[in-house]
Amino acid sequence: MLNFIDTVGEAVAGIKDGSTVMIGGFGNAGQPFELIDALLDSGATDLTVVNNNAGQGDQGLALLIKEGRVKKMICSFPRQSDSWHFDAKYKAGEIELELVPQGNLAERIRAAGAGIGGFFTPTGYGTMLAEGKETRILDGRGQVFETPIHADVALIKALKADGVGNLVYRKTARNFGPIMAAAAKHTIVQVSEIVPTGGLDPENVVTPGIYVNSIVRVSNSVKVA
Amino acid sequence: MSIQTASIQTSDAPLGRDDLARLVARDIKPGSFVNLGIGQPTLVSNYLEPEQNITLHTENGMLGMGPVAEGDQIDGDLINAGKIPVTELPGASYFHHADSFAIMRGGHLDICVLGAFQVSATGDLANWHTGAPDAIPAVGGAMDLATGAKDVFVMMTLLTRDGASKIVEACTYPLTGVGCVTRVYTDKAVFLTGPDGVQVRETFGCTLEELQALVPVPLTAAPAVER
Repeated sequence: MLNFIDTVGEAVAGIKDGSTVMIGGFGNAGQPFELIDALLDSGATDLTVVNNNAGQGDQGLALLIKEGRVKKMICSFPRQSDSWHFDAKYKAGEIELELVPQGNLAERIRAAGAGIGGFFTPTGYGTMLAEGKETRILDGRGQVFETPIHADVALIKALKADGVGNLVYRKTARNFGPIMAAAAKHTIVQVSEIVPTGGLDPENVVTPGIYVNSIVRVSNSVKVA
Repeated sequence: MSIQTASIQTSDAPLGRDDLARLVARDIKPGSFVNLGIGQPTLVSNYLEPEQNITLHTENGMLGMGPVAEGDQIDGDLINAGKIPVTELPGASYFHHADSFAIMRGGHLDICVLGAFQVSATGDLANWHTGAPDAIPAVGGAMDLATGAKDVFVMMTLLTRDGASKIVEACTYPLTGVGCVTRVYTDKAVFLTGPDGVQVRETFGCTLEELQALVPVPLTAAPAVER
């Protein structure tokens, strides 16, 4: 069921405490700032958040972490020059971290959306990030068993949606959007523009509308990195 | 001193970062698909010649990445793995993260160039975590690149600030990948690593004997064909 929603506040209103929330974006590119701000305002807490990073500066995911709403981060690259809110929470023992090699993060999200129960990959074999995991030698290479990452909700940002929820993205802001849309039970998308059905070339649709549940338009605001 | 060892010294002084980047760039075969890691490896892009026809991949979903964006070119939706605004070249393509890492993990990249804390005699790589108890670990795409690219080149200084060799018998820092590094470019020498141990392709400002005094693993001169 696809809904077009007027405000970001209404769009995130159903997100419950304790939810697992995938948030699109790589750094600030593709990060759905307005939806994250609305999630912060909603008061939802005790969240497990899946994102490549763990917030930059004093905006978006970083504020959600600062305000103590995130009990666990699943990410590949939390430590950055401006990740001070995550750093403080981590050093205080107030946030749990599941560190995942970035390709495993992407493939585990993809697997969830594709109904795959798990997969073997050479990435991480022989490293501390494979400790405790099942391993096999396949095709002569050590490989590690990885499981899918499912989510209750995905918050993503796209450039345009049409009337049936088909999405197109913009440049490297695409990143995790398409795979998170497929992996979550409920996918909420903020877009800069909504075009009539038929207004997107079917050959160029990146995310088919079947993966999308809620769409809210926000004014076009590309944040400069 | 044998004639052979004298012949592998190709400069009178150690190489600076830019000279090393120029050397790595020169060694990349024309037509290659390449991923350059964050930090020192990024310098390599400054020395790739258009005639080499190299296509740069960035893990956040792009092939055909161009130079760093300046002025009006800066677009927050177009960044590289280091989150620096970049540009797109004609023929560029965008794809989502699982596809981008399929390019890396599926063996489609010819070369990745990475920084390192340590490389072992058999090509184990340690470059993501010091293992210090108070350090916040961050791995990013390093493990995927290390295991997925056809060739893994490392760029680093040979010695730590304390004078210890970063080429070691076995890594003491947490591993990024096992037996994955094929070449190590340092300020003092270029090393070829693999199951047969460490060979030296060329040295900068030192002889093989002087280099051996710094590195705690047996070194041999690489066969001329490798140079």
